[in-house]
Amino acid sequence: MSSAEFVQQIINGVSLGAFYALIALGYTMVYGVLRFINFAHGDVFMLGAFSGYYLTPRIMPHFQGAWTPVGVSAVLVLTMLICAAIGILIERLAYRPLRKMPKLTVLITAIGVSLFLEYGGQFVFGADPKAFPELIVDHALEHTGVLTITTTQVAAFIVTIFLLVALTFIVKRTRLGMAMRAVSNNPTAAALMGVNIDTVVSFTFGLGSALAGAAGILYALSYPSIDPLMGLLPGVKAFVAAVLGGIGNIPGAAVGGVILGVVETFVGGSKFSTYRDAIAFALLIGILLFRPAGIFGKMQAEKV
Amino acid sequence: MKSFSRSKLVLLAALSFVMAASTRGQDIVVGEFASLTGSEATFGINSSNGVELAKEEINSGGGLLGGRKIKLVVEDDQSKPGQPSSAVKKLVASDKAIAILGEIASSRSLEAAPICQEAKIPMISPGSTNPRVTDVGDYIFRVCFIDPFQGTVMAKFALDTLKVKKVAILTDVKNDYSVGLTKYFKDYFTAHGGAIVSERSFSGGGTDKDFRAQLTSIKAAQPEAIFVPGYYTEAGLIAKQARSLGIKVPLMGGDGWDSPKLSEIGGSAIEGCYFSTHFSPQDKNPKVQDFVKKYQEKFKAMPDGMAPLGYDAMMILASAIKTAGGTDAAKIRDALAATKDYDGVTGKITIDEKRNATKSAVVLQVHGKQNDYVTTVAP
Amino acid sequence: MNYKHIKKFALLGAIILAWVASHYSGIFNPYWLQVAIFIGINITLAVSLNLINGYTGQFSLGHAGFMAIGAYVSAYLSTEHSVWLFKAFGGANNLSIGVLFIFVLIAGGLAAAIAGLIVGVPSLRLKGDYLAIVTLGFGEIIRVLIQNTDTVGGPRGYSGIAGYTTLFWTYSIAALTIYIVVSLIDSTYGRGFLTVRDDEIAAEAVGINTTRYKVTAFVLGAFFAGVAGGLYGHSTTYINPSGFDFQRSIEIVIMVILGGMGSTAGVALAAIVLTLLLEYLRFVSGYQWLPEIVRRIAANRMIIYSLVLIALMLLRPQGLFGRLPRRGAVELPGGKRKQKKPAVVT
Repeated sequence: MSSAEFVQQIINGVSLGAFYALIALGYTMVYGVLRFINFAHGDVFMLGAFSGYYLTPRIMPHFQGAWTPVGVSAVLVLTMLICAAIGILIERLAYRPLRKMPKLTVLITAIGVSLFLEYGGQFVFGADPKAFPELIVDHALEHTGVLTITTTQVAAFIVTIFLLVALTFIVKRTRLGMAMRAVSNNPTAAALMGVNIDTVVSFTFGLGSALAGAAGILYALSYPSIDPLMGLLPGVKAFVAAVLGGIGNIPGAAVGGVILGVVETFVGGSKFSTYRDAIAFALLIGILLFRPAGIFGKMQAEKV
Repeated sequence: MKSFSRSKLVLLAALSFVMAASTRGQDIVVGEFASLTGSEATFGINSSNGVELAKEEINSGGGLLGGRKIKLVVEDDQSKPGQPSSAVKKLVASDKAIAILGEIASSRSLEAAPICQEAKIPMISPGSTNPRVTDVGDYIFRVCFIDPFQGTVMAKFALDTLKVKKVAILTDVKNDYSVGLTKYFKDYFTAHGGAIVSERSFSGGGTDKDFRAQLTSIKAAQPEAIFVPGYYTEAGLIAKQARSLGIKVPLMGGDGWDSPKLSEIGGSAIEGCYFSTHFSPQDKNPKVQDFVKKYQEKFKAMPDGMAPLGYDAMMILASAIKTAGGTDAAKIRDALAATKDYDGVTGKITIDEKRNATKSAVVLQVHGKQNDYVTTVAP
Repeated sequence: MNYKHIKKFALLGAIILAWVASHYSGIFNPYWLQVAIFIGINITLAVSLNLINGYTGQFSLGHAGFMAIGAYVSAYLSTEHSVWLFKAFGGANNLSIGVLFIFVLIAGGLAAAIAGLIVGVPSLRLKGDYLAIVTLGFGEIIRVLIQNTDTVGGPRGYSGIAGYTTLFWTYSIAALTIYIVVSLIDSTYGRGFLTVRDDEIAAEAVGINTTRYKVTAFVLGAFFAGVAGGLYGHSTTYINPSGFDFQRSIEIVIMVILGGMGSTAGVALAAIVLTLLLEYLRFVSGYQWLPEIVRRIAANRMIIYSLVLIALMLLRPQGLFGRLPRRGAVELPGGKRKQKKPAVVT
């Protein structure tokens, strides 16, 4: 492999990894606070993409010309709000009643919600893939020589970094963030200190789902074919990324996402490209066998 | 609570069987199984629409065999293996279908075919291109061409028309259609002086959306064209990513590309690329135009490649029933086998001795929503 | 003593009944025959999974992978290697087919059991959600590996498998599976499985080798899943890797959950009910007297399935006959004040 090809694959891998990272953030936060893998997370990602699909033709016509970036941001923000609402709703209806139950019960419920969103999506939106509108015109940047970086890749990267920073800020500097960390550390003590667990949980879900929604739009911009089943595999892979980085650990999720993206890209570009799917799982199993805490995790349940 | 709802269920079940029995009458029962939900729902829904359109036309035109209407029983196989088995058994044994239409995916046709063959019920596949499907037995037919033919079509096109000698192939390894086409393309291409400079693969069906890794690797091998024998769902994305990576050579594909969504998803990236298919909507043939119009009226959408195949399958079946003069399965089978030069929406169809359709393929070039007709390749 | 005899009689009775039913299966509607066979296969699958999930408390989401291995290995052997066996028995008669079938089914089961061993070993260090994801991962890896194996057809699937599966084989094996699992659990040795589920640390403390139990559960569960897979392949005569995916694993898991993890009778019943329900929904979509929207939803069986799942978890998480394990989840204050203390497990 020439060095140009190598660097190009790195670029491809990192940009793919950015999506996994965004989705992984949601997984890792919910796990940190609730010790529970939200299987339906990947499907919130899908709903984000569809929100963007239906919002764009209604919003963008009002923001033409120089106002376009504002329009795009509006679609993004609205989608994030919608997904946050959906996430909170799911938690309220399906997970909250089961808080005292064994974890497996909630896990099954999460699977049920995931299936419902997927097949319900097929029922409501139709099963065929839809072409996602071009909010950002995708073309390769100039002056990059032999390498290719596209506008969507850059946009996705920037937004991801921005959201990552914003998330870290919320978690480290705000009261709600502190509450989240408290609950993830020791829920009983947190409750004793006056933290409203319900609010914190809702907030966590809302935040995670908003990120998934954003990921959905960015993903749909780069791969403009959306369908109701699109969240399944990215969801699982993002989970692998979260575990890789140390579940419950925010920077870990980002790092995990990038690593997974890069590894997948290199495998995909090689002769073994048919095994690409299996790689994510093999990686997962390897990590769980040799270092279950992930890269940044500590053996005990981890902080947000 | 459990026992209460369970007895209610039993009552409902009993009631439903009574009702089902009472609706059987003079109708000609035709069974159809298709992937109406699941990962390949797009193809199943479209071919099913085509069949439905044909059925309505026949029924409103007075039905068959002196006014008998066609009763279409459609079963969804959810795009999952294991389902066609029970679906077709139900159609044959419970619904007493006299013929079965289905499926698009060769894998699911392969599952159902032995059942139809054993029950001696004719089965017509609208779109399965794997040669093995009709090998199952003499009651299994198809109205589309098979992969060996289609693979050679594009290989020939590449060599003779595009005049390229170095091609890369990107296969959808989860899709037997794609794997089959790859093999036949390779066979012809390399046997006639061409070289495959790079072969990569991906997992289609919605799983993989990022092909940059494979494309980067392909780009390094410097092909003059890339053969992408997959479905339009991926082809559009592949084209976009290829262009953004700086790959400028043309892409080629098979009938899996045939859908209005191809250019929606692929945009300017897929402009100018080529694919082989069954018919061209631009075809001035009044039959085609008529079909497109009726389809749009009923379903408010443009038909893709599978819809006319479903339509033709039903129409050919109807014609065979008329020739057979009754619903005797053996007679219908013989009538089907004798189909010659049937004027279908997807071209002139002749059923050969292997019960495959001998038809020409057309090569189209993507041009916005209208694909430009380039050439016809006869078998 | 009495109980043991009852079980043995029940097993024998079931096998004889299955043989009789099979003999007269010609009078049955082929569609319902197929459904009956699927029910039997599902019972075997559910009961085998219950050993892992219900009795030993190891949450496995990759059961379809074991089924796949069993299906493919048995199909390959019966297609490629039947010739010499038939010669030895003087042609393809009932005896030689029977012997062949037993042979390939067991071979399939053993292959799956080996996979169960491979999956079981990592399970030793993992709990709950992690274990679930890992087993899911294994299931998918198995599927991808099969998809890449061209000798068995890869993505094109494997067709032309001989249709040896009958009511006799299906229900005899289902009955045998139930018998073995129940006898195992009821034995002194078998109690160990339950202790692993209930409290692993305590079990270790009293000298139970939890490692051995967990691995045994996986191996045994995988074996029966493999045999069920063999039955499946020789019934549909065509198998494809995508038929053994995550969704298939989930279907089996749902049967176990519905039946109540830890109750063999429950999961067997659940297997019957769910298989029938799914088939029944086929008919519902054909009823013209129901409003269109209801019919369309019924046509989309998975929506119903997922709603059933959610409702089940919310309303009756212990399923039909199961009991909730003693320990609860994260002790978060808040949530519904439904202080339903689960019964103490004996």
